[in-house]
Amino acid sequence: MTKSKAVPVTGTQPTRRDALKTLALGGGAAAAMPLWARYAGAQTSEPIKVGFQVHRTGIGAAYGRWYDRTTSAAAALINEQGGINGRPLKIVAEDDGTDPKRGAEVVEKFATQHNCDIGFGTLFSHVVIGSAPRAGELKLPYFVVSEGHHVASGMLNRYTLQPGITDVKSQVQAMAPFVADNLGKKVTMIFPDFAFGHDHRDYFTAAIEAQGGEVLEHIAIPPTETSFTKYFPKIPRDTEVIYHVMVGPAVLTFVKELGEFFGPQRPEMFGFIDSLEAVDIGSPGLEFLDGTYFWEGNPRYAQEDQSEYDAFFRERVGVDANGASVSDPKDVSTYAHMFGCWETLHVVKAGMESAGYRGPQDRAALIEAVEAMTDMPHSNAHPQGAKIFNGKTHQVFGHQYITKVVDGKLLLVHTTSIEDTFYPDEADYTTQAL
Amino acid sequence: MTADMRKSLLLHGGVLLGLLALQYVLPAYHHGNLARVMVLASYAMGYNLLFGYTGLLSLGHALFFAAGLYGTGLAISQFGVSAGVALAVGVLFGTLVGIVIGALALRTEGVAFMIVTLMFAQAGYLTILYFGQYTRGDEGFVIALADRNISGWDLSDPSVRYFAAFIVFSAALLMCLTVVKSRFGKVLIAIRENEERARMLGYNVDRFKLAAIGLSASLAALSGAAYGVLFGYVGASFASVQYSILPLLWVLLGGAGTVLGPLVGTLFMFYLIDLSSGITTAYMLIAGVVLVFLTLFAPQGLMGELRRRAIRWLP
Repeated sequence: MTKSKAVPVTGTQPTRRDALKTLALGGGAAAAMPLWARYAGAQTSEPIKVGFQVHRTGIGAAYGRWYDRTTSAAAALINEQGGINGRPLKIVAEDDGTDPKRGAEVVEKFATQHNCDIGFGTLFSHVVIGSAPRAGELKLPYFVVSEGHHVASGMLNRYTLQPGITDVKSQVQAMAPFVADNLGKKVTMIFPDFAFGHDHRDYFTAAIEAQGGEVLEHIAIPPTETSFTKYFPKIPRDTEVIYHVMVGPAVLTFVKELGEFFGPQRPEMFGFIDSLEAVDIGSPGLEFLDGTYFWEGNPRYAQEDQSEYDAFFRERVGVDANGASVSDPKDVSTYAHMFGCWETLHVVKAGMESAGYRGPQDRAALIEAVEAMTDMPHSNAHPQGAKIFNGKTHQVFGHQYITKVVDGKLLLVHTTSIEDTFYPDEADYTTQAL
Repeated sequence: MTADMRKSLLLHGGVLLGLLALQYVLPAYHHGNLARVMVLASYAMGYNLLFGYTGLLSLGHALFFAAGLYGTGLAISQFGVSAGVALAVGVLFGTLVGIVIGALALRTEGVAFMIVTLMFAQAGYLTILYFGQYTRGDEGFVIALADRNISGWDLSDPSVRYFAAFIVFSAALLMCLTVVKSRFGKVLIAIRENEERARMLGYNVDRFKLAAIGLSASLAALSGAAYGVLFGYVGASFASVQYSILPLLWVLLGGAGTVLGPLVGTLFMFYLIDLSSGITTAYMLIAGVVLVFLTLFAPQGLMGELRRRAIRWLP
């Protein structure tokens, strides 16, 4: 691979106007140049390698497929724009099988075999938690797109950051005001009996009580369960809202059986779209969801007041107005989460450019540059919405969306403020050594 | 000392010396991999003691591995004990679980034994999820860096981790060698070959089987405990059925009833997945095809085949 020589610095200082002119001319010229030539001005034309830990197999495969597409689209865009610090971005993908042991091995592979600059893109919490210790030991910046609270809780380390997607604690607590004000204050929660469900149980219960509401019953469903009818008689009669968050292949059975149990007389229902990511809302058996509400990290259906940034994001990733692949309308995306990959890569770009990143010797500077970030304005780089990054907890905060199922589509009815998602800091990673 | 015994000592000593020497020559990636493989091979050696030498096919060994892992992890996270003490707690806990489950499961035999051990392991997995308040359920938890040191040795340091994994592996190997060469080991093999005859010769077969389960569980627990402190993660996936199947696979590949088979099988399987995943996303297909060919052409596993064809004295 050809390496360019460093250009010696001359003695004259350019004026601001000169600099702007040069930037404008350079930008235009760069866009017109072939790809190889655009990076020739950088100190090295070696690509910046991003180790992409992708769930191609295992329980996270449906998410992984769309995380993969989104990451490829974001990398292509960044490269079209001249890369990072004038160097192209190269995605080095490795399947972790959605397994924490393999996840840790993949992180090692990124750091010691592929010589990646960073690790990136992990979604499932157990894989993040299993991999993060190795990333910390290897001092490999590890940008996760997981929405788990594990980063902000202080469980991990200074090399692990989540700057592109909000965490479950902030999402759940931001839902409580809407639920209490619009749907009812007496809630029954149905959730899977493992950590993800327990997070919802704990955070939402506290949040609804803060709104003057109460949870009448917590119904935990064992993860191996395949039939749910026997749990429904536990739902108290005076329940005004059912809060449900089921995941896995049994979710269609869950909804169908819930519909059969209640018939037309049902309480209000509020759920997390995690249950139905990559699932067509119009699937047979899901008619019961009509008129119910969902949290969405990013509205799957293009809304009437769709931002230009969302339109741009959809076009680049290849998602139609219904949230499905433009090449296959039956291939429904994981739209509520996958924007996190896009936004995270843009944060990495901004962080590396701010730190003057040259190579692994600047990994610590990259961490500090990202920690110094705060406001992330709504833009093509952040199409889901504006965000505020907390450098101490390594967690980003942003708007949340509540949609209602109307005629088989999810229509936006409420957008939370960013402040609705705040909670007191539980960690300060900046006190840890780099 | 017989000639075969001398050869055996030379071979296994050579393997240990080789593993020790690799510490200084392996590139970083393979250095880390080999440390992990040595820990997991210890687990497989424990499994081999029960399956390869005693003829008991357990589908519940993940429970013993997880008992060591959680025994150690929870001792550190909930009770704040040091890593060294926690390691001992993990091994003791895993051994105890093994003896209790073994005493119950040995009331059955054959397919029923497989199913009962599988059910106990599944119950253990669900117990971990049920007590999510302490175990963090399926997500698991991290053992903090500061807690991962023994007598000032930082177990997260690559060299220290390698040495620690080597010590665990060496202990497991020496234990297996000692057992299979001992009178006790000969009785286990006799039980595998013809349980009724062993019983008629006056051996208390049930007691020997229970002891084999206890030893096997203690090695599985040692491996789990070591994995926790060396790699810093304690998670429920290690208690899932997959981690009961894996040691069976490693042992079958390497050669059931051979002391070095588990190491060979674990190493082979690790790199089969690792290398094939670099070629295609359908790497499990490659792995599957290779395994089918191995089963066809080396039904006794790699080391078993070696013993059949060339090295008859291989223990």
